[in-house]
Amino acid sequence: MGDAIASSGTSGGFARGRRVASLAGAAPGDRVYRVVITAFALMIPALLLLIAVAIGVAAWPALSAAGLSFITSSEWNVQAGKFGAAPAIYGTLVSSFIALVLATPLALGVAIFLSEIAPKWLRQPVAFLVDLLAAIPSVVYGLWGIFFLVPMLRDHVVPFFRDTLHLGNTPLFSGPAYGPSMLAAGVILAIMALPYISAVTREVLIAVPRSQRDAALALGATKWEMIWDAVIPYARSGIIGGVILGLGRALGETMAVTMVIGNRPEISASLLAPGYTMASLIANEFTEATSDLHLSALMAVGAVLFVITLIVNGMARWLVWRVASGPKS
Amino acid sequence: MSALRRRKAGNVFMLGLTYVAAVLATLPLLFILFHLLQKGASTLTPDFFTNMPRPVGEAGGGMSNAIVGTLILIAIAAAIGLPVGIGAGLYLAEKRGGALAMTVRYLSDVLNGLPSIVLGIFAWQFLVRPFGNFSALAGGIALGAMMIPLVTRTTEEMIRLVPNSLREAALALGYPRWRTSMSVILRTALPGIVTGALVAVARIAGETAPLLFTAFGNQFWSTTLDEPIAALPLQIFAYAISPYDEWHKQAWAGALVLIVIVLIISLAARHATRARFGSAAD
Repeated sequence: MGDAIASSGTSGGFARGRRVASLAGAAPGDRVYRVVITAFALMIPALLLLIAVAIGVAAWPALSAAGLSFITSSEWNVQAGKFGAAPAIYGTLVSSFIALVLATPLALGVAIFLSEIAPKWLRQPVAFLVDLLAAIPSVVYGLWGIFFLVPMLRDHVVPFFRDTLHLGNTPLFSGPAYGPSMLAAGVILAIMALPYISAVTREVLIAVPRSQRDAALALGATKWEMIWDAVIPYARSGIIGGVILGLGRALGETMAVTMVIGNRPEISASLLAPGYTMASLIANEFTEATSDLHLSALMAVGAVLFVITLIVNGMARWLVWRVASGPKS
Repeated sequence: MSALRRRKAGNVFMLGLTYVAAVLATLPLLFILFHLLQKGASTLTPDFFTNMPRPVGEAGGGMSNAIVGTLILIAIAAAIGLPVGIGAGLYLAEKRGGALAMTVRYLSDVLNGLPSIVLGIFAWQFLVRPFGNFSALAGGIALGAMMIPLVTRTTEEMIRLVPNSLREAALALGYPRWRTSMSVILRTALPGIVTGALVAVARIAGETAPLLFTAFGNQFWSTTLDEPIAALPLQIFAYAISPYDEWHKQAWAGALVLIVIVLIISLAARHATRARFGSAAD
């Protein structure tokens, strides 16, 4: 009973408290307090609205000049005033896709390890190490990428795929491998997205009810069968949500990608060819943009990026929310 | 019987793979830390912290201006992100299910998912373009905007952990609501909020993208808020993509300093969390 009143929270219990307090003459302070915190809360929608309007207005001249060709054309020619962002959009999507392909199985494995398998003493330290990946600044990833990852991929991984696995003739591994490439960007994004995906996955796995596991074990399942057939399906949409959250991170990532992708506005099927992303296009050209139309075009790239991440994050949140509010037996 | 054996073998194999995944996932971190120490430590003399950047060819030189610049930018960001974030968090915790609260919570998540480069061009449009010059203030504000959703979320979560009985006890004693919030709720939730604030600071301390077109970087000593200011991440970026070996060394040393700053803040955050769980046990 006492619990019921307490958990009814602000609506019931406190309204009465407030009335008593206002009788005691404390209302002015309360009113100021409410106005102040409401004002702070309103700053968030205001800020977001401001961002959307500012970027939308700034992007408009380029978008209206280029029309749909802004996202379909591959010609990004500053001198001619032609702005087609297709290579950057393509690069953003492909590098993020590579990142997910690499990071998802790994993150799933770590999350299963941490929630189901690891001995207690190992959980905290391993989880901490993986979480720390999220704390490393993007520019440090970029530095490491330039001087370690890119040469390593070029000298060891690419020859392995080409010569040992004989994949050199497939379009994915064709062409010269200078180093900075779509592949390097994908790998570095995978490392950066990994902690986000694994953290969410770990959380939803832990939230799976004990009874789900016990039932599978009671039916004679091995531990892995229990995990794969009883735990993962239960947490599926949450895991997908985590993956999409990682995608959101990867899409907007700027510095590390700019430093390893090679920054060439061309669409190439080869993973070894340099590419471009929307974020790195902005990072590279913004301070050197001279004409108003060029600036506006870069703002438009930002607007497209904004919209894409908005959609992706919205999807992720919806999926995670479905798990969180789903049936709890 | 052989089916059982196959299932058991599959079990051992797949469980083994999760061990491999755990090892693979921790490897990049260990590699990065190892390379930072290997390549950065030798350049990291006391001079690095007290000297200004030097032109190529001159030995020595450091990043004193960038280190100070980063600290200034963090301070500006915290001055904006903390009050707004904590205030909004208080609002969300008190009005849990209200329509405005739901909207604000959702939009705060949207803001959190916004690519930092987009915040960068926004800050440029609003705070650099109209004034005609890059400034530390614009960079700090861009970082502060990044902090807001992080602080809002942890503040709300931490306040929700405060037992309702505490709130009721304070109200029953005749405390007005604002004093209940300030001196009972906020105080109880403080260690958790400090953790959230530190995590947010650690996250923005290394941000580069929002600073590219706002703080811009500066080769000279500057602590003026309406001038371009040097920042550690910007300096690392500029040196990393330069063609000079000496500058690469400087970049590694700078990255090591940046990582140490971020790690210290992260560890402090963990410590604050432990303090919270320690006191919440009673």
